[in-house]
Amino acid sequence: MSPLEWISNLLLGAGLLCLFTGALGLYRLPDFYSRTHAASIIDTAAAALVVVGLALRSDSFATIVRLLLILLFMFFTSPTASHALAQAALQDGLRPWLAKRPRKTRARSGGAAE
Amino acid sequence: MNGFVWIDIVLFTILAATAVGLARTRQLFAAAMLSGLFSLTSACIFVLQDAVDVAFTEAAVGAGMTTVLFLGTLALTRSREKVTPPRRSIPAALIAIFTGGVLIYASTDMPPFAAADTPVQQHPLTQRFLDDSMTEIGVPNVVTSVLASYRGYDTLGETVVVFTAAIAVLMLLGRGRPATSAEPKPREALPQPIQHDQRVLRVVSKLMLPFILLFALYVQFHGDYGPGGGFQAGVIFASGLILYALVFGLDAARAAVSPAALRRMVPLGVLIYAGVGFATLLLGGAFLDYNVLDAHDPAHGQHLGILLVELGVGITVTAAMLMLFYSFAARGVGR
Repeated sequence: MSPLEWISNLLLGAGLLCLFTGALGLYRLPDFYSRTHAASIIDTAAAALVVVGLALRSDSFATIVRLLLILLFMFFTSPTASHALAQAALQDGLRPWLAKRPRKTRARSGGAAE
Repeated sequence: MNGFVWIDIVLFTILAATAVGLARTRQLFAAAMLSGLFSLTSACIFVLQDAVDVAFTEAAVGAGMTTVLFLGTLALTRSREKVTPPRRSIPAALIAIFTGGVLIYASTDMPPFAAADTPVQQHPLTQRFLDDSMTEIGVPNVVTSVLASYRGYDTLGETVVVFTAAIAVLMLLGRGRPATSAEPKPREALPQPIQHDQRVLRVVSKLMLPFILLFALYVQFHGDYGPGGGFQAGVIFASGLILYALVFGLDAARAAVSPAALRRMVPLGVLIYAGVGFATLLLGGAFLDYNVLDAHDPAHGQHLGILLVELGVGITVTAAMLMLFYSFAARGVGR
């Protein structure tokens, strides 16, 4: 196996791990915001790793360029989509789920989400 | 069993799970999203079956446009399905069982998955189109040559269907502007300009818009060579403008593409399509026989005819989709 394939395998494996983490989080996390966060791992980190991994495997230049363009497109759109989703929920008045903590933390995390 | 069969199995499982979820959910927003997911999964299946043009349409119309129109409708109505008390009705159950039984019985007559000896594969017409399309029409994408030239008459019918649908929606919903000023708050609608703190959304969509529109033009005019064509391009163009309307507000979109222009564009596309047909009639050919468009080389005539016809389709689809969106959006009174 050539070193390029090793790197590609490594990236694909990392991508799969991110995918699994995201899916698990989507299934297990308690509220909308944390689930959005988990889902955004899938379409940013996992997708990017898989696309780069695939690009390293491809032997045609045109395919690599296309994959990189897809990557660029996803880099712009996916985080924006997650951001818009979270912001829309916040504007709709959905409060983030917080464990039993003092009130000070709550105010700070509300500001951070904005 | 090769890997593609496994991907097929996974996709069909997702499809079935989505369908079950769609049937069971009472939250209409979730249902709209699930129907988008259903379309996207179908599009993936079409890609696996090498029907890229169909997949393109399914992704653009099913996952993109329909979802937006569903959301537009939900902004007009409530977002939760009305709960009807479950009643046990013997006749209804019998009808359901009977229909299901007939469908299952009929499905035993279908050819096995990926069978090579089906009529679709063996009909002489299939081979005729695949073999002769390149010499007769000279367009590498056989789907386009069948759609726009061999079966150009059917596609004219489809374009007229889009045109008719746009007219029907306009008649039902009004002209994209509240009919009377008696409604006090039509501004509560879905495409309320998003507040200025949505900077990320505004910047990124502004960044993406030129590329979306450029891609639509590419799909439109590259349809002869790769997957694509007027239908897909029209929907992509319209969805780019709808993105603009959603982020920057309906008024900004109306300033960019006015409803009056759209009202002219919807019939214009059909007119271009039918006009090509009549031009060929006047030049001495049959209706939509593009060979006569170029006196020297019939293949050039075919190219020109397909280009014009696809342009007509693209114009009508873009304008019809945008008009549907405008009409839905302008009627919103908050949910």
